[in-house]
Amino acid sequence: MSVLDPAWELVRGLWTVLKMAFEKPVTYQYPEQKREVRPRFRGRHVLKRYDNGLEKCIGCSLCAAACPADAIFVEASENTDEQRFSPGERYASTYEINMLRCIYCGYCEDACPTEAIVLGDNYELSFYDRRSAIYTKEMLLEPVPTVNMLTPQKVEPGVYKRSVPEMKDPQD
Amino acid sequence: MITWDKWLEWFIKSLAVTLSLLVGFILLTWYERRALARLQSRIGPNRAGPFGLFQPFADAIKLIFKEELTPAKADRLLFFWAPVITMVPSIIMAAVIPWGTSFTAFGRTITLYLSDISVGVLYLMSIASIAVYGIVLAGWSSNNKYAMLGGLRSTAQMLSYELALGLSFVVTIILANSMRILDIVNEQKSLWFVVIQPVGAIIFWIATLAEVNRAPFDMPEAEQELTAGYHSEYSGMKFALFFMAEYQKMIVVCMMTATIYFGGFLGPGVDRFPLLGPVYLFLKVVLLLFVMIWVRATWPRIRYDRLMAFGWKILLPLSLAITFITATGIVLQELSGNPLYFWAIPFVSIAVGLFTVLIVYRDLRRLPYERA
Repeated sequence: MSVLDPAWELVRGLWTVLKMAFEKPVTYQYPEQKREVRPRFRGRHVLKRYDNGLEKCIGCSLCAAACPADAIFVEASENTDEQRFSPGERYASTYEINMLRCIYCGYCEDACPTEAIVLGDNYELSFYDRRSAIYTKEMLLEPVPTVNMLTPQKVEPGVYKRSVPEMKDPQD
Repeated sequence: MITWDKWLEWFIKSLAVTLSLLVGFILLTWYERRALARLQSRIGPNRAGPFGLFQPFADAIKLIFKEELTPAKADRLLFFWAPVITMVPSIIMAAVIPWGTSFTAFGRTITLYLSDISVGVLYLMSIASIAVYGIVLAGWSSNNKYAMLGGLRSTAQMLSYELALGLSFVVTIILANSMRILDIVNEQKSLWFVVIQPVGAIIFWIATLAEVNRAPFDMPEAEQELTAGYHSEYSGMKFALFFMAEYQKMIVVCMMTATIYFGGFLGPGVDRFPLLGPVYLFLKVVLLLFVMIWVRATWPRIRYDRLMAFGWKILLPLSLAITFITATGIVLQELSGNPLYFWAIPFVSIAVGLFTVLIVYRDLRRLPYERA
């Protein structure tokens, strides 16, 4: 430390700040320009479907049980081969998530035996009233792969016996 | 006998000064936010209008429609008048600052300054001090301890730094041999005073920063400690008046610095085209304002006891010393006729300035329990 250091450090600070003025701004022009979310980002939930259009959710309510904020409400009904929503016996006839209660912890995703509920990358959740903060099944369900795969489907009897699919261990 | 056209001229000039400060305030809020953003590698307001230029208007509309609260136990009269008392000096301060020499139009000579009083420097000093009344009254009348503390801090700070400010004014008065501001500017035709007395310019600049409560001396408005200082209880347009006063004072103080130390309206070609004077003054003010913003972006707020110690133990003796050096240099030059004495002024001043830095350094190197 030399004698001029007190003054020199002040000048050095000024120089550092001035250099920043010539760097590219880090600002994202938000509504027009959005930042990519991380792969494991936990945003608004999505209810997934199988490739054939059937819903993965079997209405087991394990997500509701796992939810620490008690944000999920599930009501199950019986599947028939005439009106099949998901493989197995039951499907979720009501599926509601209160987005004001949800803490986006991802426990529902972990609890789900069929990987039906996944936290997606939508973080633009704002509501004008409490009622509209409750997302229903229609709002959460992902769109069908092609138009003729809408649920409920009429299927061959005896095909979709198993409600939980056979899964491999996760690779990543 | 003052004829009607003289009145008209004065009226138009007063209007020009007032309006330029009001418009300048609007532009300055935008300028500060944009420049500060760039220094922090952000963009700043860019939504309202081209480059966000209409942002101040949006802010103004918001402030006008905000609810104005007067605390129940506030002194209503003073609470109402305090913003006005703060605001008015910041505008009338600009009256004595010359924007140029004079030009001929409509068959008459029109001077580019509102008034050229023989004690212009004193006028600036006294009006600058009046503004502190508004601040301390605002703090007191709010009936809020934080506002009170902010007002008190502001008073103490302004009083302390006014000494150094006044003494660095004295340096230019000695150099120009006049208190008339136009004389001070014209004296700088060959050489700006910042070259002859660089230490004086630095002291002047530091003291003005403290005078207008800018970072790093924004103690009276320390958000973290005093919620917002003297204007904690103010909202709506009353708050806007404080805001305006502060920013107008910034502009005026920069005009002052430009005039006293940086040649004011002087610049190449200003003798032939007097209308270039305001342009040069404007450019200098913009540059000085940028330095203010730059300093705000860089240096953290100084602790209050150190602020006082800095003002009284360092700035005041140093400004006394440079006043003495300047006066001695000029007297010796006149007595002996040797210009060497005059040219010794900057070097001796810088040497004294470095000696002060050495003292600060030694104080900083001492351990806390060894310090006085």
